[in-house]
Amino acid sequence: MMRRIFAIAGAELRIALRNRWILIATSLMVLFSLALTFSGSAPTGALGVDLLTVSVASMTTLSVYLVPLLALLMSFDAIAGEVERGALALVLTYPVSRGELLVGKLVSHLVVLSLAVFLGFGIAGLAAWLAGGASGESLAALLRLCWSAVVLGASFLAIGYALSSVARSSSAAAGLAIGVWILFVVLYDLGLLGALVYDGGGFFTRKLFPLLLAANPADAFRIFNLSGAGKVALASGLAGATTGLPTWAVLISMFGWPLAVLALARLALKRVEP
Amino acid sequence: MAAAAESKGDMLDVRNVVKRQGTRETVKDVSLSLRAGERLALLGHNGAGKTTLIRMILGLTRIDGGSISVFGNRPGDGKARRITSYLPESVVFHKSLSGLEQLALFARLAGQPVDECMPLLERVGLSDAAHRRVGTYSKGMRQRLGLAQVLLGRPRLALLDEPTSGLDPISRHDFYGIVDDMAAQGTAVLVSSHALTELEARTDRIAILRAGRLVAMDSLENLRRRAGLPIQIRVKAAEGHAAEVAGSLGGNRMNGCRVELSCLADQKMARLKAITALGDAVADVDVVPPSLEDLYRYYAAGEAGS
Ligand SMILES: Nc1ncnc2c1ncn2[C@@H]1O[C@H](COP(=O)(O)OP(=O)(O)OP(=O)(O)O)[C@@H](O)[C@H]1O
Ligand SMILES: [Mg+2]
Repeated sequence: MMRRIFAIAGAELRIALRNRWILIATSLMVLFSLALTFSGSAPTGALGVDLLTVSVASMTTLSVYLVPLLALLMSFDAIAGEVERGALALVLTYPVSRGELLVGKLVSHLVVLSLAVFLGFGIAGLAAWLAGGASGESLAALLRLCWSAVVLGASFLAIGYALSSVARSSSAAAGLAIGVWILFVVLYDLGLLGALVYDGGGFFTRKLFPLLLAANPADAFRIFNLSGAGKVALASGLAGATTGLPTWAVLISMFGWPLAVLALARLALKRVEP
Repeated sequence: MAAAAESKGDMLDVRNVVKRQGTRETVKDVSLSLRAGERLALLGHNGAGKTTLIRMILGLTRIDGGSISVFGNRPGDGKARRITSYLPESVVFHKSLSGLEQLALFARLAGQPVDECMPLLERVGLSDAAHRRVGTYSKGMRQRLGLAQVLLGRPRLALLDEPTSGLDPISRHDFYGIVDDMAAQGTAVLVSSHALTELEARTDRIAILRAGRLVAMDSLENLRRRAGLPIQIRVKAAEGHAAEVAGSLGGNRMNGCRVELSCLADQKMARLKAITALGDAVADVDVVPPSLEDLYRYYAAGEAGS
């Protein structure tokens, strides 16, 4: 089983390397992180935190948009594209299960994503450290940002596979992926905000809102990074907005999403006729 | 069930299989079997159901009626997949992998040693291009790569869907050489094709599908005998004798000096005697037996039994 998963992951990695996906994803991350780190350097002194802390806060906000986008871009074509090319039919005449195929692709895409995230944030972090200093605390926040971004990516990779299995064509899968991205990173928050304003500090605001916020993997990621480390929260101005939300709820959302959606994707893939 | 299949030596047993697509039945009540080492050609017009039948045997698409057994296993089972190999109608490999990398991936999936790959590429004539990306291959080269993956791990059943489309005549010849080798080693080979003439000497039996129904399955000689197609006799009359020849033999006068007759195999000698009896009035005679093309048209275009 492992041999087949690695065979698929290896081939997919080679493909990602050759069609420049690794290069594109990584340079995007490096560029945006560097830009954010240095454009956000103004308020450092006022809050009494180092540059890296501010940088982590802005990179968190960036990741909420960029990581799901990269993940969906990598995964939307994974099944539908292979069905269209007729490649899935041939592969499935070999003794490899659909689950192994899915996991193989996931492994390779996670490697690509990790490279992009660790290199991108790592380089920005290094630059911030050299320019404005860093502390043990802000380095820990950076590390936390990196691995949680990969977990966030896993959620959206799994969502992408599920969409790719349900869609009838690769272009339909692309459309669905864009829709899901807008829904999760834009519309969901707007909806919650609207409800907050309407509710005006009632039951919804106090009890339901934090849970609903955590239920969205992108928001869970944001909360995990911004409210987790005290100083990052300070730098982001998010302190207080999510008080009362237990950390376990955030963690369940962060890790529950990829696992649950991967199971869903597996079910959807089962019904695909190659 | 496995024991029964093995004792009969059937690698593949298809019984009364039905496939529905939408509201149409695209494969209707098809039964056929294939023994180890046997070569079966599957013919039929575009849309006859060849690809659909092959996909059902591979377990890629659901069967809506009847049953299929691959050496006693259900189609698509782990065991069935291990002993079966497939060449799709249009082979699409990933264009950024090299031929060798693509084949190595298949070898790993099949649980075969990767060092089996290079000799296979040599066997299909791709050794020079082994390290080039598949995106740079010609259609025939991709087809050869497809054939190489069929040979991985010596399958016991090979299903080849229009394997020679896109191959030049020499490559076709080489291809059938490889099929013969596979059959000699005991692989049951099913080849779907439109190229009739090349199948003539290369297959043991021929199955013909028409609109999803199996209308014929036999050796070529038997198909020929059963069809009872007429033999064409073309007579060329000597100068000025055309009317006389046409008059005494019957048949159609084609142009100034040609007369065409047709007769069944058992009347051939009698007709030839009548022709030679005309002496100098006849300049030349050609006897044209029914071609494979005619035979195919007879079975596939609905002239048999309808
Ligand atoms: N996915 C599908 N959905 C609906 N109908 C289909 C589907 N695939 C095939 N068919 C129909 O099934 C019939 C048989 O198709 P099939 O591909 O098996 O033909 P074929 O004999 O392989 O033809 P060709 O020589 O052109 O390759 C056709 O009428 C086709 O329209
Ligand atoms: Mg076909």
